[in-house]
Amino acid sequence: MIKSIKILGTGCAKCKSMLGIVEQVVNETGIEAEIEKVEDITEILKFDVMNTPALVIDGTIVLSGRVPTKEELTKLLQAPGLNTDSPNKRSFCS
Amino acid sequence: MFNWLDRLASWLVFEVFKLSEESHSAEALHFFFYDTVKILILLFIVIFLMGIVNSFFPVQKVRNYLSRNKLFGFEYLMASLFGVVTPFCSCSSVPLFIGFVRGGIPLGVTFAFLITSPLVNEVAIGLFIGLFGLKVTAVYLISGIILGTVSGIVLQKLRLERLLTPWVKEVLENAEREQNKFEDEKVQLIQRLPIIWHEVLSILRGVVPYVIVGIAIGALMHGYIPSGFFEAYMSKENIWAVPLATILAIPMYSNASGILPIVQVLVAKGIPIGTAMAFMMAVVGLSLPEAMLLKKVMTFKLIAIFFAVVAVCIIISGYLFNMIF
Repeated sequence: MIKSIKILGTGCAKCKSMLGIVEQVVNETGIEAEIEKVEDITEILKFDVMNTPALVIDGTIVLSGRVPTKEELTKLLQAPGLNTDSPNKRSFCS
Repeated sequence: MFNWLDRLASWLVFEVFKLSEESHSAEALHFFFYDTVKILILLFIVIFLMGIVNSFFPVQKVRNYLSRNKLFGFEYLMASLFGVVTPFCSCSSVPLFIGFVRGGIPLGVTFAFLITSPLVNEVAIGLFIGLFGLKVTAVYLISGIILGTVSGIVLQKLRLERLLTPWVKEVLENAEREQNKFEDEKVQLIQRLPIIWHEVLSILRGVVPYVIVGIAIGALMHGYIPSGFFEAYMSKENIWAVPLATILAIPMYSNASGILPIVQVLVAKGIPIGTAMAFMMAVVGLSLPEAMLLKKVMTFKLIAIFFAVVAVCIIISGYLFNMIF
């Protein structure tokens, strides 16, 4: 089944790194996935996220506010029923 | 606390580079080396500590708490304190604003959070401790929180909800109530440490270039501008200095990392600390880029009122700083 991955972010540097790392992990693991970058704020707000960048897998918000590590992302993508957790949501801007 | 570093810096400048004691370049280089290392160490510690605190305060929990608890006026203070502890990116301003309002949090409380957040964050605190010492940092921290709280209360009293854009009102109406969301599991702190570590490094990587450039400029100013240089132009007696500095700073934007080292040198060269603080707060806290982002959710009038209220509070803080120090 093809996974649907959406990256929500208006375009700051972190949103771009999120896209990069998602593409990398998808290529390396060979998981079948459709990756979409959502930059339009009206679209982003259809999800109840308060901290961008945010990662949505198959319609569920799995991560918001920071860029995951490759290991974390791999685990998230390979999770069967999306019973995933994100121990901390954190972002920064200075 | 940093005497060893001072001596190391001196050794480097005078023994290794063999610069003469009185020269400007020795001053500048010593300052650059000492301050860069000191600030990097402090930043690392403060960001790490804040990372641990923050891992227990994700924004969702904050919103739930604020919307569920009637705190008889204290919710403004709480929102401001949360703003200190939970950092947020200015590109998140709009989603965060909507998220809060959607969660049923009053506009003024949301503002308290939005105002304190960019002003008082772990990078600013780390830099403050390194550049100005603990006492000034404590005063800044308290004044930032009070500023956010008071501004939030004032803005709430002004009943500005009607000044939100039609777009926002529509978004709020169409807000999906039930969102597919994962459940936060109880994760031990020990397990979170690798992630916090990774994030500390990530923040430092983003901030360090600005800090180094800021310190480099500060170092040159430190070495080459004579002491008391600015006193001639901006003494405490000049009552227009604070408002002028604030107003000048509004159209300017820099992050705290770049501007604080420069502000420190300005103070060392004679600008009263309150004037410099007001300048810095207006640069960091009120920015055109942020206004651009907020235009989606706030009408121009609302943004103007928001900026005006915060600017007045900054000016008052500036005068107070001048009186205390």
